[in-house]
Amino acid sequence: MRVALFLTCVNDTLYPNTGRAVVRLLSRLGVDVDFPVDQTCCGQAHYNTGYRHEAEPLARRFADVFGEYEAIVTPSGSCGAMVRELYPRMGERARAEGRGESLATALAPVVPRTYELTEFLVDVLGVTDVGAYYPHTVTYHPTCHGLRSLGLGERPRRLLQAVKGLELVELPGAEECCGFGGTFALKNPDVSAAMGADKVRNAESTGAEVLCAADNSCLMHLGGTMTRLGTDMRPVHIAEILASAEEEPAV
Amino acid sequence: MSGSESGNESGNGTGTGTFVGMPAFPRAAHDAVNDQTLRGNLRHATHTIRAKRAKAVAEVSDWAALRDAGKRIKDHTLRHLDRYLEQLEESVTAAGGTVHWAADADEANRIVAQLVKETGESEVVKVKSMATQEIGLNEALLAEGIHAYETDLAELIVQLGKDRPSHILVPAIHRNRSEIRDIFRSEMGSWGRPAPEGLTDTPAELAEAARLHLREKFLRAKVGVSGANFMVAETGTLVVVESEGNGRMCLTLPETLISVVGIEKIVPTWRDLEVFLQTLPRSSTAERMNPYTSMWTGTTDEDGPRAFHLVLLDNGRTDTLADEVGRQALRCIRCSACLNVCPVYERAGGHAYGSVYPGPIGAILSPQLRGTQSEIDASLPYASSLCGACYEVCPVAIDIPEVLVHLRERVVEGGEVIRQGNKVVLRPAKGHAAERAAMRAARWAFTHPAALRTGQRLASRTRRLQPRTLPGPGRAWSGTRDLPALPKEPFRDWWQRTRTRGGSKEGSK
Repeated sequence: MRVALFLTCVNDTLYPNTGRAVVRLLSRLGVDVDFPVDQTCCGQAHYNTGYRHEAEPLARRFADVFGEYEAIVTPSGSCGAMVRELYPRMGERARAEGRGESLATALAPVVPRTYELTEFLVDVLGVTDVGAYYPHTVTYHPTCHGLRSLGLGERPRRLLQAVKGLELVELPGAEECCGFGGTFALKNPDVSAAMGADKVRNAESTGAEVLCAADNSCLMHLGGTMTRLGTDMRPVHIAEILASAEEEPAV
Repeated sequence: MSGSESGNESGNGTGTGTFVGMPAFPRAAHDAVNDQTLRGNLRHATHTIRAKRAKAVAEVSDWAALRDAGKRIKDHTLRHLDRYLEQLEESVTAAGGTVHWAADADEANRIVAQLVKETGESEVVKVKSMATQEIGLNEALLAEGIHAYETDLAELIVQLGKDRPSHILVPAIHRNRSEIRDIFRSEMGSWGRPAPEGLTDTPAELAEAARLHLREKFLRAKVGVSGANFMVAETGTLVVVESEGNGRMCLTLPETLISVVGIEKIVPTWRDLEVFLQTLPRSSTAERMNPYTSMWTGTTDEDGPRAFHLVLLDNGRTDTLADEVGRQALRCIRCSACLNVCPVYERAGGHAYGSVYPGPIGAILSPQLRGTQSEIDASLPYASSLCGACYEVCPVAIDIPEVLVHLRERVVEGGEVIRQGNKVVLRPAKGHAAERAAMRAARWAFTHPAALRTGQRLASRTRRLQPRTLPGPGRAWSGTRDLPALPKEPFRDWWQRTRTRGGSKEGSK
């Protein structure tokens, strides 16, 4: 199976280790991974801030870059939700505004082929034990778009529970937003910071060493809050935990 | 008629006297976030009701079907609103009531003041009503020499405290018991019967003090003013759903009853109530069945009010109905489940929303009813992290995040809207020039991958020189959070280095 890695602009620029982890993990599971180098950004920050017309060329670009692949895998619930939930909406709006069928037509094939990483592992590959080893206490934060837009449900937890050496502890108030919300963190800094601090305190109360999520944007916000609050906890993307192996464990 | 506006939109901001001059959401929220008592009060109240609601909803096996039915009934009614409103007018008139039509807040206030004056009275008792709060009726009546007394317990607390409501269902949610005791002690005497000597902050004593104070007003009042949760078109019946029984007293004891109701509150038939009388109590107070559901149809000899007036309020609703995405906000049954689950409301409090409708529903309703041209209304669509919890709990499935993003687009890109029945072309709101330029620049980079790579490489090479705090608008971020350190190379460089032209094809190194 030949799949395309849609890494997202945040991961590419700031968190390349997540991309390397996805490649390592999927290769270990026998998947042939390609990274179309012309990919850039899904346009979510534009769209969600109200700049839909700036987001449209990025959606079209996504369709052009990923159109030929059987499956498109992304280690981001948020960017995955952008493609799956909001691209169809963008196509419909463009059509309703009489700007032709072309955007909707271009997006139609890529939307259902786009999977968030844990969804791809559980639903497409049919695995929950990916042969990982990670001897740490971990608490899992289900990020909003993964939880509500994509409906990831128990998939990430089932994957983590199957990791050798890993102890999964429940996060109080797990389903509450961490307060990142893209440009929300800039436009409403006080509320965003208060939400982040509450999330970090809840995570700390579990005694876990690692706060895990399937989205680096939320982890960037929470990690920045952790160092500022002086906690010892580390934010780690789920891909890095699942890629970790006994012969070469991730820290 | 078609026109173009930029500055003040001639909405109805003037009618909502209580909230004029509110700062934009982020500034108002800044104060609330730092008020530890308020944070504590809100956290306790919202978490308690949130947990109860989840339990009450989980008890119903066909909740998803009820939610869908509520959504469909409301959508159907809104699609044929003209027809159902005419039917309602006929039914109310046939039952002995009188129907008045009010296009905006000023007209509604004038009608009510005139009706009260015709009775010769200078006092009215009120059952909690969002519609009358929306139009600033109490202030308008006072300007005409008429005193309006709120009789809902929470509204009484707000009124006595010269305060503003901060929650749809629990307007005094921002107050704790000892604050309420202090308000009762110092204020009740100047409004009527004073608080009993030695009043403590136990709930039973506070409730008894309110009961004694209100009882006098109920027995004296000749005019009652109400809103309604629902209006049934086929029978002309109005329905008030409340928990205390004070509303029922307001509806039945006075000689004249004036009900001010938004036109979207209509349902076609009596049978449609079945759905909402299940979903509303469970969503709002987490009760299986509502304690006091009062229904009144016109007038009846020897029982209840002798005169009944229904003031049907538009005040931006028809304009909202013209918006294909935004019109779903009119499905709202004011249950407040979205407020109770919202992490932003929990930290910012209701007052920050600058409207009688706070929380997620307020963030989409106010900018539609009032327009997006004022500073507070332009900031409301951004008062959300788009986490989606509000949509998940909404008993009539209003996709609040969808409408928020739609309104953000209106704020930054402008466009065509309907205001007071006319097509108006809005210019983008002021203060977004730098953001728009940044968004355009980002879009340009994202459509030119070579430029993006150059930028990424430059950033990586200079990474040791870069500060962990940001200047300008970024300061808001780095004031409370550290920025991540830039990696040595972006992923795409690693990929090309290891995967193409001489690079090894090995997995992880």
